[in-house]
Amino acid sequence: MKMPVPDRGVIDRKAAIVAGLRRIVPGAGVIDAPEELRAYECDALAAYRCPPLAVVLPSTTEEVSAVLRFLHGQGVPVVPRGSGTSLAGGALPTADSVILGVSRMTRVLEVDLADRIIRVESGRTNLSVSGAVEADGFFYAPDPSSQLACAIAGNVAMNSGGAHCLKYGVTTNNLLGVTMVLMDGTVVTLGGGHMDAGGLDLLGVVCGSEGQLGVVTEATLRILPKPEGARPVLIAFGSNEVAGACVSDIIRAGVLPVAIEFMDRPCIEACEAFAKAGYPDCEALLIVEVEGSEAEIDHQIGLIRQIAGRHAPLEFRESRSADEAARIWLGRKSAFGAMGRIADYICLDGTIPVSELPRVLAGIADLSAKYGLKVANVFHAGDGNMHPLILFDANDPADLDRAERLGADILTLCVQAGGCLTGEHGVGVEKRDLMGVQFAPADMEAQMAVKDVFDPSWLLNPAKVFPLDVSAARRRGADAA
Amino acid sequence: MLTPATEAEVADAVGSARGPLRIRGGGTRDPGRPGPGEVLSVAGLAGIELYEPGALTLVVRAGTALAEVEALLAAEGQRLPFEPPDLRGLLGTAGVSTIGGVLATNASGPRRVQAGAARDAALGVRFVDGAGRVVKNGGRVMKNVTGYDLVRLMAGSRGTLGVLTEVALKVLPAPPASAMLRLEGLAPADAVAAMAAALCSPFEVTGAAHLPGDGPDAGTLLRIEGFEDSVAYRAAQLSAVLRPWGEVVADREQARVAGAWARVRDAVPFHARQGDVWRVSLRASRAAEVLARVAGACDLNDWFMDWGGGLLWMCLPEGTDLRAHAGTFDGHATLVRASDATRARIAPVPPEAPAVAALSRALRARFDPRGLLNPGLMDAA
Ligand SMILES: Cc1cc2nc3c(=O)[nH]c(=O)nc-3n(C[C@H](O)[C@H](O)[C@H](O)COP(=O)(O)OP(=O)(O)OC[C@H]3O[C@@H](n4cnc5c(N)ncnc54)[C@H](O)[C@@H]3O)c2cc1C
Repeated sequence: MKMPVPDRGVIDRKAAIVAGLRRIVPGAGVIDAPEELRAYECDALAAYRCPPLAVVLPSTTEEVSAVLRFLHGQGVPVVPRGSGTSLAGGALPTADSVILGVSRMTRVLEVDLADRIIRVESGRTNLSVSGAVEADGFFYAPDPSSQLACAIAGNVAMNSGGAHCLKYGVTTNNLLGVTMVLMDGTVVTLGGGHMDAGGLDLLGVVCGSEGQLGVVTEATLRILPKPEGARPVLIAFGSNEVAGACVSDIIRAGVLPVAIEFMDRPCIEACEAFAKAGYPDCEALLIVEVEGSEAEIDHQIGLIRQIAGRHAPLEFRESRSADEAARIWLGRKSAFGAMGRIADYICLDGTIPVSELPRVLAGIADLSAKYGLKVANVFHAGDGNMHPLILFDANDPADLDRAERLGADILTLCVQAGGCLTGEHGVGVEKRDLMGVQFAPADMEAQMAVKDVFDPSWLLNPAKVFPLDVSAARRRGADAA
Repeated sequence: MLTPATEAEVADAVGSARGPLRIRGGGTRDPGRPGPGEVLSVAGLAGIELYEPGALTLVVRAGTALAEVEALLAAEGQRLPFEPPDLRGLLGTAGVSTIGGVLATNASGPRRVQAGAARDAALGVRFVDGAGRVVKNGGRVMKNVTGYDLVRLMAGSRGTLGVLTEVALKVLPAPPASAMLRLEGLAPADAVAAMAAALCSPFEVTGAAHLPGDGPDAGTLLRIEGFEDSVAYRAAQLSAVLRPWGEVVADREQARVAGAWARVRDAVPFHARQGDVWRVSLRASRAAEVLARVAGACDLNDWFMDWGGGLLWMCLPEGTDLRAHAGTFDGHATLVRASDATRARIAPVPPEAPAVAALSRALRARFDPRGLLNPGLMDAA
């Protein structure tokens, strides 16, 4: 993976740039010591690392504005950062860039239960947003598996999803407003406590823009009343095809579960070995969770049982207690950890039409055999968001290269099946060079036109999302400035 | 009038245009300032590209009639989640509403409060920008964060950034049963409080409206939808929640429930009323206060609330600028119905803060460099 050649002119001015930052953010809020910068050299895509020039951790929107105005004047690239859990390298720095982290901005600014909104500073973690309203019976719906660590800032930038978005939608569907700072220091407020834009839906394009349009400092989020109850069932099948068909039939029947999770045999075996959740020995299994009162849950599970019955399930396991429910989720929730125990892995994130599930899973199996690397599948089946995990050995550079090529082939397969490269993790640097598989030049040109408007000098997170050759002219323009 | 029948013909028509164009779907909505230009009708781009009920996805050409889409979905027991309003009765327009026009105006009805707006259901778009370039964004899958989200940018852009040629939408199952609960005689602030209590309950309210007065159609209305037993259960539970605000009347008769919500959706109370119609999106908890301010400052002909108070419909004497009377509030006011003269004088689309307006203007200049697409339609000044 290539990154642009860092600007020597910027690196040579490090001392002056750091001094300038210190004038705005006093004390420990500016980091420039090499050993401390190492904590910021990568995000959760740990295969790629590069220490930044410096890190700045402002405490207020005003400080963010002053920092950006200063760095804009200095022509220094900026990489916004939340908690650094991106799986796409979205927060990967370059040697000539300053990381602007919002981790000190974690306050809850307002909770209005009657209006069902919460306004927070963007460095607050996803789970602690729900935590702030939990005692009142509310929650914030988008729930990435990383929710204990990841920040709302990163969620907004990546338009993150989670297991429950089949029913509740992803970040963009639960985001009502932001305060953000443009690269030149201008503070902009989009949306608020009301619904929908009066003019152009700028909030809609800011969400998912991967830190390339502005630094988000505050967010107004929709909170929802907690359901009366929720219960999962586990259904085991003899083949991926049958499990896929069952997913489609459940949706078709008008049941709208909150989650339908899918695991294939390699994944089930790894999870069993690790978590011992007592999963059945089968080719594929579904975990389907429904919500409501006891009677409503019984009714929906009854329907699901009927539908599953038409697909000759090997087992239909209901949970009779909170403990049994937890055991059903246990394997799924430990899937990533289990994989991490066996080998290093790359987690892909393509989405496909649900109807293509069997065909794409068969295609992945073929590719896995061709490259000689194991692939385990665990994913949000209700919305077709796949997470193939490619297992490899990170100590072997040739293996990483092979794993990346296999990943590219799998994502290409997803696009050919009518899907996309990434359903929730974002493009970052990881899928940057595959954008041409999904988009024609005019499609990318239209997207880059948006960046031209928000960040004319292309200083915000410039080497992400768009293939380097596609964005070259724009970034060079920035170098010349 | 230009009447392209394919996307390529739209691209040709825009690419070779020498002067401004007015982009039209079915011509049933008046989305902004009147202005000059030759009409470019997208109605010729009609037809279903793909419908997969098992994946809840629908891809249609932008000129496809809304009614055709709704009929197609109904036949499979599904529907559009966002309940798009039919504004013909309100605006006195004729013709056929198109799906492209619905998305271009982000037209969303009572269920917006629970299922999201048109912008939330949109999965992908194809459009022709002002330079005649064909652009696609999003796709047909439920989750997609590949590249920037131009789908939401196009939703509500009223033809000023590009001409939509194809739209992919998420659809939902149409539940077999519904119920409506009704409270009578509440003052605006009490109605908002009652609706908030309902929306804060776990009983999945899919509509919360308040129509003032005391006729059989008036009152504070809550809607529940779902499977038969579940609706019965939740209606009973919700009645208990609402009890502090008075006697709760439940109606489970499907046609009556549907009719009542169509009245709210299409602003039927204003159809026969003289005056300009405004639609104010705001924080529900501020609705009563803003309403009182407007009522105190001018002759408010009529009003009602949707979205639990988050949407305030107001009918004002012709030519009255509601924004001058509503004070400052978290939200915005759109002029939905007024004469051409009024809409030339008072911007139908709400003005934006200077920094936001600058971004919007610059985006328009990039997507439509020659200023051909509905020029002026979304301008505030
Ligand atoms: C174990 C694990 C499980 C995960 N599970 C999920 C999952 O289920 N669903 C899912 O969607 N994702 C998942 N992720 C990915 C990741 O957690 C999300 O992308 C998350 O939103 C990133 O948040 P963050 O605060 O860590 O952002 P970072 O990693 O710090 O940054 C992510 C991106 O956001 C930008 N950014 C950060 N802060 C700002 C700001 N203030 N303004 C503008 N841009 C900003 C960065 O530049 C970068 O491009 C998972 C990751 C891990 C490690």
